[in-house]
Amino acid sequence: MGTELGNYKTCVSARSTNKELLKSAQDGGIVTQLFAFALDEGIIDGAIVAVSKEFALKNPSKCMAFNPTLDDLEPWRSIPAVVSTKAELFEARGTKYNISPNVSLIKEATRSFGLDKVGIVGTPCQMQAVRKLQLYPIGARDVGASIALAVGIFCMENFPYQSILQLVEDHAAMKMEAVKKMEIGKGKFWVIGKRGQVVQLPLKVTHKYEQPGCHVCLDYVANLADISTGSVGSPDGWSTVFVRSKIGDSVWAKAMAAGCFETQPIEKVKPGLELVTKLTNEKITKNKATLEGRKTFGVGKALRNPYI
Amino acid sequence: MVDKSTVGHIHMSGCTGCLVSLADNYGGLLTILDRYADLVYGLTLADVRHIPKMDVALVEGSVCINDKLSVEEIKQTREKAAVVVAVGGCACYGNITRFARGGQQNQPAHEAYLPVGDIIKVDVYIPGCAPTPQLIRNVCVMAYLLLKGTKEQKELATNYLKPLMMAAQRGTTACFCDLMTEVINQGLCMGCGSCASACPVRAITHEYGKPQGVRDLCIKCGACYNQCPRSWFSIDVVSAYEAINEAIMAALQ
Repeated sequence: MGTELGNYKTCVSARSTNKELLKSAQDGGIVTQLFAFALDEGIIDGAIVAVSKEFALKNPSKCMAFNPTLDDLEPWRSIPAVVSTKAELFEARGTKYNISPNVSLIKEATRSFGLDKVGIVGTPCQMQAVRKLQLYPIGARDVGASIALAVGIFCMENFPYQSILQLVEDHAAMKMEAVKKMEIGKGKFWVIGKRGQVVQLPLKVTHKYEQPGCHVCLDYVANLADISTGSVGSPDGWSTVFVRSKIGDSVWAKAMAAGCFETQPIEKVKPGLELVTKLTNEKITKNKATLEGRKTFGVGKALRNPYI
Repeated sequence: MVDKSTVGHIHMSGCTGCLVSLADNYGGLLTILDRYADLVYGLTLADVRHIPKMDVALVEGSVCINDKLSVEEIKQTREKAAVVVAVGGCACYGNITRFARGGQQNQPAHEAYLPVGDIIKVDVYIPGCAPTPQLIRNVCVMAYLLLKGTKEQKELATNYLKPLMMAAQRGTTACFCDLMTEVINQGLCMGCGSCASACPVRAITHEYGKPQGVRDLCIKCGACYNQCPRSWFSIDVVSAYEAINEAIMAALQ
């Protein structure tokens, strides 16, 4: 096996054993279950997650005040928040498919939110940001050692809010308010309505709406998270889980011992690691080509390469 | 440990916040001074009047070019030190001293301040206002490994310090605008939020997942740009974060 999947100690297919949680989980409810367990055990005393308007209006003190004010947040717009109880955590379930700058709260979580042990969930780039600020804490005094659990989610690319708006309202012809769930899987972008209606868009349609900054990213499976997870590789309702760091290993072992998760060996499930590896390599190859293209973008002028 | 490196703290025009940050390593600072470094120069900390020869000079503050002594001392620092480290926003980028206009008692004519790199060549930057105790600590340990370590340790230290050396070569100005010109305009921003969290004056928010800066609040410290994972990022070094953190913590045990 190559190094494309990053370092990991264990890889399994898993889902939460909490049936209530699974009802409105994105896939196997891994992130929510992990944080719920970590809150119960005192491994973390709060977590930075992405929330939407309903949560923000109910818990304004948990969100960072942005402009426009919380009242003006559009449906499905995601913003970061710090949750410190299981009830709050459960309200934040599910993937929102638009950018939530979770790392923007990492210092504040240890300041006005008063957390000593912070959990954070994020995309691979956000895990890179977390590790950079632990190794090179330039504007993050006393933050690095407080990060107690960083959970990464697989990510091919993300979307600006306006892109999601255009995909849902123009392409899928659904009102944002009427959407129950969004999902990317089986080569399609799925929009599922509250009345049960389902619209599927070919992924090809979504490509031009992707955030351009994602096209230089060389990480699909959150190589730098303590534990990373995503639907790819596992059957419906299950998630693929990579346990990566010492922290991740310890938390995962405790959660398994407490019966939080039901697991299957990744070798036994379809489509399994083969698909994860394939998609990872596709992303890396495509984005390496983008980085290569940036070198000769202009006439004798290159675009900047962030990697050194 | 016999083979310590020699370190000095050179105080130019700064608020002493950087020195306080160094001291805020508490026990860690004592371990560094016990095992790895002898403090050979430092206002109030070492009873030495003239800048001696040293391995590493940690310079805090910008240089007031209207003050002969400051200019003289920063030049001496370059002559006497093998490695010059600019510690903090003022030494690296001018920071809040960029806004100085003079008129302050008892030296009202002291009005022009330049980052250290505009007067002498600087080898390493530790940006941030204030720079964090942890980054100062990491650089101290890595500088020691670079000067006195084994071959492998030297290689690790070189790789770790490389981006901070590149920052020193990059220039002496910083602003929220760097995020615009070097990251957002270059199509590299992915909206992680690092910049907003790094900003010491809360000048940065995120709107629709992208940073917006209140430029009148910006003090030009360079924290946002340097904390951004899309300004500079070494996949190899950051991927070894666990081992590097453990090595640093072990060095301070």
